[in-house]
Amino acid sequence: MIPGIMIEGRQAMASEHTAKAFDSDLQELTRLVAEMGGLVERMITESVDALIRRDVALGKRVVAADIEIDNLQRVIEERAVLTIARRQPMAIDLREIVSAMRVATDLERIGDLAKNMGKRVAALESDFQPLKLIRGLEHMTDLVLSQVKSVLDAYAAHDLPAAMNVWKGDEEVDAICTSLFRELLTYMMEDPRNISFCIHLMFCAKNIERIGDHATNIAETVFYMIEGQQITDKRPKGDMTNFATTVPGNT
Amino acid sequence: MTELSVSTTAAGHVPQVPLPEAPPKVTVRNLNFYYGEHHALKNINLTLGTNRVTAFIGPSGCGKSTLLRIFNRMYDLYPGQRATGQLMLDQTNILDPKLDLNLLRARVGMVFQKPTPFPMTIYENIAFGIRLYEKISKSEMDDRVEKALRGGALWNEVKDKLNASGLSLSGGQQQRLCIARTVAVRPEVILFDEPCSALDPISTAKVEELIQELSEDYTIAIVTHNMQQAARVSDKTAFMYLGELIEFDDTNKIFTSPSDRRTQDYITGRFG
Repeated sequence: MIPGIMIEGRQAMASEHTAKAFDSDLQELTRLVAEMGGLVERMITESVDALIRRDVALGKRVVAADIEIDNLQRVIEERAVLTIARRQPMAIDLREIVSAMRVATDLERIGDLAKNMGKRVAALESDFQPLKLIRGLEHMTDLVLSQVKSVLDAYAAHDLPAAMNVWKGDEEVDAICTSLFRELLTYMMEDPRNISFCIHLMFCAKNIERIGDHATNIAETVFYMIEGQQITDKRPKGDMTNFATTVPGNT
Repeated sequence: MTELSVSTTAAGHVPQVPLPEAPPKVTVRNLNFYYGEHHALKNINLTLGTNRVTAFIGPSGCGKSTLLRIFNRMYDLYPGQRATGQLMLDQTNILDPKLDLNLLRARVGMVFQKPTPFPMTIYENIAFGIRLYEKISKSEMDDRVEKALRGGALWNEVKDKLNASGLSLSGGQQQRLCIARTVAVRPEVILFDEPCSALDPISTAKVEELIQELSEDYTIAIVTHNMQQAARVSDKTAFMYLGELIEFDDTNKIFTSPSDRRTQDYITGRFG
């Protein structure tokens, strides 16, 4: 990563277009993505809160909020397409517009995952609630939420090093997800009555882990926006849930 | 429990696939140009690749048209103008004062901003140039005229009215007639100086398509103020500013992620 390029990206943001309306088009796109990002962050927090507190009403509110996210994504896409048609953007402008569309797509997917967790709240009927599991879920959510926040800040500030930290930092989330999976398997083996609850929680853990993956996608978009190139390196991954089994010694 | 250890690597990236180097057709080395006292081109170094389209972009007065006019020694028409440095067309030194300019201009053709058909028939517009360099029979000439008009993507529109005046054609057709006239003398290099600035969008599209086709047989240099046009038709793009060559790279690179801040400001419309 070349610090000079980052500075160049920032400077380019600072200097104005001869056509002033182009600047306001771009600013509006950035503002819409920021608004969408804020809403998505709130959805993540609330969906996990609802899950932990078994707050069905809050779960429903999260589900309802997803409509707003979907609308914003549509608006961003329409604005971006219109700006491309009107201005024939080049270089950094073109990359910024394409990036806004990509980030909006990732945010929309994150919204869907949070909505899915909101839906599951109503299905968690059992009183079974091992503290360790809840703590694990909370910890994972905190990590993912800070990843999402950091990457959105990095996107807004054109901060490449910050985006790369998010890109590399997903490993820990994966590791917690894997350990949660193992634990849930154990509970299910102990008592079949736990199965329904554990399955729902398993999906929630996977959803949170997927949100982390979308945060790294956004980090890759930030890299493209600033550097004008795609990342090729394999991202460090720690999600071993694909290999989790109940056979002792094989997990 | 297996330990989860995945090594973290630094971020790598996909470099855009660079265009393979074409053998040089025109080589410019340390070229300087003066309009009297005015130093119009400062130490230009670049190469026009064989059968490649090279676009020259930059704000008005940056020297791009001047550079184009040196390629076929157009500047010789005016007193007080001089060029220093090296400018080679294959093994020929273009700046050699003893060079036969007529031969040079047969090898390096030029198409101007405004269509400039001669006030004669369509047929004669083409045949006139050929006669300057070659003595050929009537049937051979007919053949050459047809080939040239086909080369200019104009044959189907004018084949039934070859004896009509060149001036009776539409602006877009006139420009393609001029391209056909240039192609008729079988040059090696064709220079286009803002070839579409006086044309409507349909004629522009036709000329752009023609430029792409011509690049199969000729080395092409084009000066244009239309950045999208440069992005569409060229393989390489040179950005010039205040008489200097700021950046010269693959067109795909220049228009998606240029290296120089000034190039970026210019192509994104932030200049000035």
